[in-house]
Amino acid sequence: MSDPIQQIREFIFENFLFDADESALQNEASFLDQGIIDSTGILEVIDWLEETFEMQVEDEEMIPENLDSVSNLAVFIAKKTN
Amino acid sequence: MCGIAGCFNIGSAPPIENRQLERMIHPLTHRGPDGFGFFCNGQVGLAHARLSIIDLEGGWQPIHNEDKSLWVIFNGEIFNYPELKKDLQARGHRFYTDSDTEVIVHLFEEKGEKCLDELNGQFALAIYNEKERSLFLARDRVGIRPLFYTRLAGRFYFASEIKSLFAADPAIPRAMHPPVIKDVFTYWSPIGEQTAFKDVYQLESGYCAWLKPDSEVRKRQYWKLPFQPDAIHQQDEDQCAEEFRELLIDSVRLRLRADVPVGAYLSGGLDSSAITSLVRNFTDNPLKTFSVGFSDKVYDERSEQDEVVRYLDTDHHQVLCSYRTIADNFPQVVQHTEFPILRTAPTPLFLLSGLVRQNDYKVVLTGEGADEMLGGYDIFKEAKIRAFIKKNTASSLRPLLLKRLYPYLALSPTKSAEYARKFFDTDASLDDLFYGHRPRWKTTAHTHLFFSDDFQAAAGNGSEEYLVQKHAEYMEGLDLFSRAQYVECNLLLSNYLLSSQGDRMAMANSVEGRYPFLDHRVIAFCATIPVGLRMKVLNEKNILKKAMQGLLPDSILGRKKQPYMAPDILSFFGESSPEYLDYYLSETLLAEAGIFKPQAVARLVAKCSKKARQGFRENMALVGILSTQILYDSFVKNYQISMPEKLENVKVMA
Repeated sequence: MSDPIQQIREFIFENFLFDADESALQNEASFLDQGIIDSTGILEVIDWLEETFEMQVEDEEMIPENLDSVSNLAVFIAKKTN
Repeated sequence: MCGIAGCFNIGSAPPIENRQLERMIHPLTHRGPDGFGFFCNGQVGLAHARLSIIDLEGGWQPIHNEDKSLWVIFNGEIFNYPELKKDLQARGHRFYTDSDTEVIVHLFEEKGEKCLDELNGQFALAIYNEKERSLFLARDRVGIRPLFYTRLAGRFYFASEIKSLFAADPAIPRAMHPPVIKDVFTYWSPIGEQTAFKDVYQLESGYCAWLKPDSEVRKRQYWKLPFQPDAIHQQDEDQCAEEFRELLIDSVRLRLRADVPVGAYLSGGLDSSAITSLVRNFTDNPLKTFSVGFSDKVYDERSEQDEVVRYLDTDHHQVLCSYRTIADNFPQVVQHTEFPILRTAPTPLFLLSGLVRQNDYKVVLTGEGADEMLGGYDIFKEAKIRAFIKKNTASSLRPLLLKRLYPYLALSPTKSAEYARKFFDTDASLDDLFYGHRPRWKTTAHTHLFFSDDFQAAAGNGSEEYLVQKHAEYMEGLDLFSRAQYVECNLLLSNYLLSSQGDRMAMANSVEGRYPFLDHRVIAFCATIPVGLRMKVLNEKNILKKAMQGLLPDSILGRKKQPYMAPDILSFFGESSPEYLDYYLSETLLAEAGIFKPQAVARLVAKCSKKARQGFRENMALVGILSTQILYDSFVKNYQISMPEKLENVKVMA
């Protein structure tokens, strides 16, 4: 399996940053605060997580701590898939 | 209802010729297919495309006063013209037509620009004063009818639509205006007097203007939204609802005045149902109603429409919209909106006016304005909830309240309360004048990432500074709810709703919309309804619902508001994609227009093609980019007018 951080970044660029260059996304930056993902975009992230990592994201897990940056996503994925 | 166009020499320009007026008025044939009228004396030229509704035989324009020193062209209706006419006749004025237009010249002769205060109507007009060699322009209080203008080489040009200005003279520059395009991708419409095109302006709603040779254009705002939050008025809810109903009935009655039959739009929502019910219950006008249905049930309201039709027993007609119908008609719609649109919602209204016309109707009553004036929009509810949460941080109601917003959207942003709190910016300062609209503007501005670097540089910082400068003083005195209403009325009512979903879509098929909720007396009344009664707790349009009790089914009165929307990305990628996408979104045309980054757009298109879930930003971006490209192509790159050698049905006045 490829590096999850890289995999997440690719997904974010393809779907939310389009042609922006690599420096447009810091791994620790909040997607919402940076205007990278809006509230509806979060649901796209959840769809992607469920499909790509065959995991189920529960309602109570839909919180910024799990989903709102590249690093948070990486930790969340690791927790859910181990 | 009609189209008007004209020009006026303000500097040293050669005499105006009739052929130039013909060039200007011909592109407005859709607004007035029943004939053209002209007046030209070299210094001024007035042209009129007529849709005959009142005084079918005699109402040809331009119309003059007794000694032919005043000439008027007029697009719209003066609903109280019989009363005004009687009064003017009593004061010795002689009329040579039965039209409402003639009332204007006589009233103007008596009162000058103060005549506007007496007009109950929807209009854009131009009056030439031969003695003073001056031109007077005016637009109705809320901007139901349009009036655009530009200047070139000592000549002032004005018209109902921008395409007419561009037709006047090929030397008139046609360039998209970056700051305004950016504003549209933030606020959804151009701001103030700006348009999507550089050096083309509109006379703002509630404004009039004077032009004289060799002097600057003088403009004056003759009417403002009369919010009076402190007015001691109608604290009694039942009495308030009753008074409101009486006023609205009178507004409906006035708007049924016509020498042709008047129909009604019926969306299935409260506002148009209310108007239809008042027509049924308080007038003897035969009731033909028209509505849009959607194949996609997320947007469809046919069962609610049918319920009202059964209840009020109307002769009902429907047009059905599929994704493909929207896609097929979208380029034509953009030709009429004349500014980029971020949603496809105008398109079904274009099809709806087509249905009206097929049924040989040319006038409809419609419910626009109720949400603004009576507090119907979810953005008002949202502001109220956000403010409540801000003041009651510990309230256990918080997540529940947020979840009550937007439950009808598949992409509900409130599914996660934590996110909703962040998204709705419940920590924002209540002192922000634009508190209510801030989250929407932020979300919409996320589309800016598609702008090219050069375009961003040319677009500047946006219009916030201008908005503060223009509106702060008035808004400071308003409560939070009225502020949000005020923003909606000032930024969107005229420049977005009444243009791209109102006048332009109806007139595209030679249909006139009339708006009982936008009678200035109704507006003035609504502006003094106590805030707590406008939206009672979270019950929107409370006074309207109360006023309509017993006149509509309870299910319609109690129905949760469904905002009018149409499918966006799905229209272009849901079934099949229209062939024109490849052209308008091609790397070549994108690069040539220079507004968007071709590679970013290509990735957006790839994302749309995947048919996966799409967010607000992507929907707005796709529709906005496509409409901007269509505008660029048809108004800048490939602008063409086809002009017959000779116009038919012409009257030249002298």
